[in-house]
Amino acid sequence: MPAAFDEMRDGDGRVRSHYRGFERWLDGMPAARIAEKRTEADLLFRRVGITFAVYGEEAGAERLIPFDIVPRIITAAEWRLLFQGLRQRVTALNAFIADIYHDQEILKAGRVPPEQVLCNVQYRPEMQGIEVPGDIYAHIAGIDVIRAGEGEFMVLEDNLRVPSGVSYMLEDRKVMMRLFPELFASYAVEPVEHYPDILLDNLRSVAPPGVSQPTVALLTAGAANSAYFEHAFLAQQMGIELVEGQDLFVRDGYVYMRTTQGPRRVHVIYRRIDDDFLDPLAFRPDSMLGVPGLLAAYRAGNVTIANAIGTGVADDKSIYPYVPDMIRFYLGEEPLIANVPTWILRREEDRAYALAHLEELVVKEVHGAGGYGMLIGPAATREEIERFRGLIEAHPDRYIAQPTLALSTCPTFVDAGLAPRHIDLRPFVLSGRDVRIVPGGLTRVALREGSLIVNSSQGGGTKDTWVLET
Amino acid sequence: MLSRTADHLYWMSRYIERAENLARMLQVNVRTSLLPRAADEVDRSWAGTLAIIGQLEAYRERCGPVSPDRVVKFLAFEADNPGSIVSNLRLARENARAVRGTLTSELWETLNSTWLDLTGRPRGDLTTDGLIDFLEWVKLRSHLARGVTLGTMLRDEGFDFTRIGTFLERADNTARILDVQFRVLAPDGIRASTAVDYYRYTALLFSVSAFEIYRKVYRDRITPERVAELLLLRADTPRSLHRCVAEIDQHLQSVANAQSGETLRRAGELHALLRYGRIDLIVEEGFHEFLADFLDRVADLGRRIARDFLASTVS
Repeated sequence: MPAAFDEMRDGDGRVRSHYRGFERWLDGMPAARIAEKRTEADLLFRRVGITFAVYGEEAGAERLIPFDIVPRIITAAEWRLLFQGLRQRVTALNAFIADIYHDQEILKAGRVPPEQVLCNVQYRPEMQGIEVPGDIYAHIAGIDVIRAGEGEFMVLEDNLRVPSGVSYMLEDRKVMMRLFPELFASYAVEPVEHYPDILLDNLRSVAPPGVSQPTVALLTAGAANSAYFEHAFLAQQMGIELVEGQDLFVRDGYVYMRTTQGPRRVHVIYRRIDDDFLDPLAFRPDSMLGVPGLLAAYRAGNVTIANAIGTGVADDKSIYPYVPDMIRFYLGEEPLIANVPTWILRREEDRAYALAHLEELVVKEVHGAGGYGMLIGPAATREEIERFRGLIEAHPDRYIAQPTLALSTCPTFVDAGLAPRHIDLRPFVLSGRDVRIVPGGLTRVALREGSLIVNSSQGGGTKDTWVLET
Repeated sequence: MLSRTADHLYWMSRYIERAENLARMLQVNVRTSLLPRAADEVDRSWAGTLAIIGQLEAYRERCGPVSPDRVVKFLAFEADNPGSIVSNLRLARENARAVRGTLTSELWETLNSTWLDLTGRPRGDLTTDGLIDFLEWVKLRSHLARGVTLGTMLRDEGFDFTRIGTFLERADNTARILDVQFRVLAPDGIRASTAVDYYRYTALLFSVSAFEIYRKVYRDRITPERVAELLLLRADTPRSLHRCVAEIDQHLQSVANAQSGETLRRAGELHALLRYGRIDLIVEEGFHEFLADFLDRVADLGRRIARDFLASTVS
């Protein structure tokens, strides 16, 4: 595996300038005090109940996501590049979705193969020709960014459906400030606490036309959902109702909530359930989570759904390789942040290369998520590689391959003390009247030595992410 | 406010209050069982407690004959008895979790840490000492939850439904405590009990935090009729039936909606009954019958509140 970029130290082992203050502070901290603070952090998360449910475990099991006290620090210059690159990318992705559900210029121009879009299960014909406020589809996007060997930023994945994790970004900062106020006195760290505020502003800005005081509600699948903590947290922070499907109903094309004072109209639904479950009349008829008639109200323009229905057509791994071309096509610009090089295994040439190099590559299922259904060549056994070879040969269109990138590492506390662990970054990009990103995002860290899988469902942890003001 | 949210808040506070009152019931029984008396009387009083909270059958089915230690374990700690203190605290936390976004962070953290402390507490075979500590702890956590509610919650409908839950449950539980204790203390009626058992009435007053209040209000020796008056009719006694119904009446008025007219009328009627009630007349007409009627009316209010405000069927 190639050498990884170390966020804290350069190639000669010297501490990078933006980590020096942290290093001095750490040197002055006795080990016992650090241990104490780590225990305190654990208690804080447990008491606040920042937990997630793990599917497949005992019903109702709640687990903490491990939190690491070493911050991930991003310089002001790095953030400027990230901000511009992310704004560019999400703007192009929104333009792509709007195009797909209207004139499909990009397909006509031959820049994206039509069958990749129109035969994709995430393509929703119900959305064809529908006008949505501001032509925005992905109001909230979580873009997974990594740093490769030389420290260059690359986009690993776009999440345009119901990206989660922002509550950890906010809670990590809160806990960090509570545990180590002195650190924040010596570093000028960009604040992130206003995220709920700009999220609400963003959601209100995309209300149906003519509504001056829109009512926004957050639609959750309920307390059993793995991200329920985040749903409740965001609804509370924005001061909006946290609704379940049973709390909403549609009458005469309008959506209402059932309240103690009778029905109340809802204008914007920030939904945290998948398309399939939104409306049993339109999608999965067995869904108990949705609202019968919601799609009809949406199509009539009487309610805004954020993110829009059908955004999955743009964040699928089979579409991902075409995003740089979307940026060129819609914006006439070169991408500021590159994609990870990707072999599309449906293409014969790519497939031949990948099959010959499986032990070096990462193979991903096109529709997989959460780090499931993945082959990491260098870490895989002979049998796993052969199993994937069989899978790829049977259904080449279901897989892509990428080089095994050494994600950058950041010092992290583990049982044996401080050690480098691989990290990624998920900034949250909000699109409405304009594109806004709170500086930073969620840094996820793979706690197992050598592991590249940062997903919380597979033993990943989180870190506070600092963007420096200067 | 969402009907479902109001429903969770209402039940959250009912379960907290129920856990507290269960602790109070157990406390009074533990105290009186330390007094010298016949073993079968002790058992009778525990059986009475189980009966009045509707748990006697469930207990017999699971645990057999009534024995003080077994009853305590059943009512305090048994996780698979849905009516135990432990289960009530769990249900309170579950309801809170379902609407944690509506609660203040302080209130959620209070309920969550109560639950975490409880699950981390050693149980095993409890000594009387350990039991008394535990019951005190339950009361304290309930006081804390209520204090945090009062100190941090916006005075909106959410607050009203939280308070309605508290007082509806308290009205019900206080009436039950009185009924069971007076049946043991004055089996032939309040008037007929000549030899007043000072210690047992004191224990009853303690169990509803009314001993000092009694002293302040009457500045005289303890008589059964005054104890009854204090806990039924005085509006200034925080756990009296009158106080509870006054609170329910007031909070219902601030959440009134288009279909709640009859519910409000019945709450007002019950309020008036206590406000203008006379203890000598109540005793004359039957103390137990009065309490039984009161419990029916409280149950009726509970059903009507659920139908008028909390059901997700209004559309």
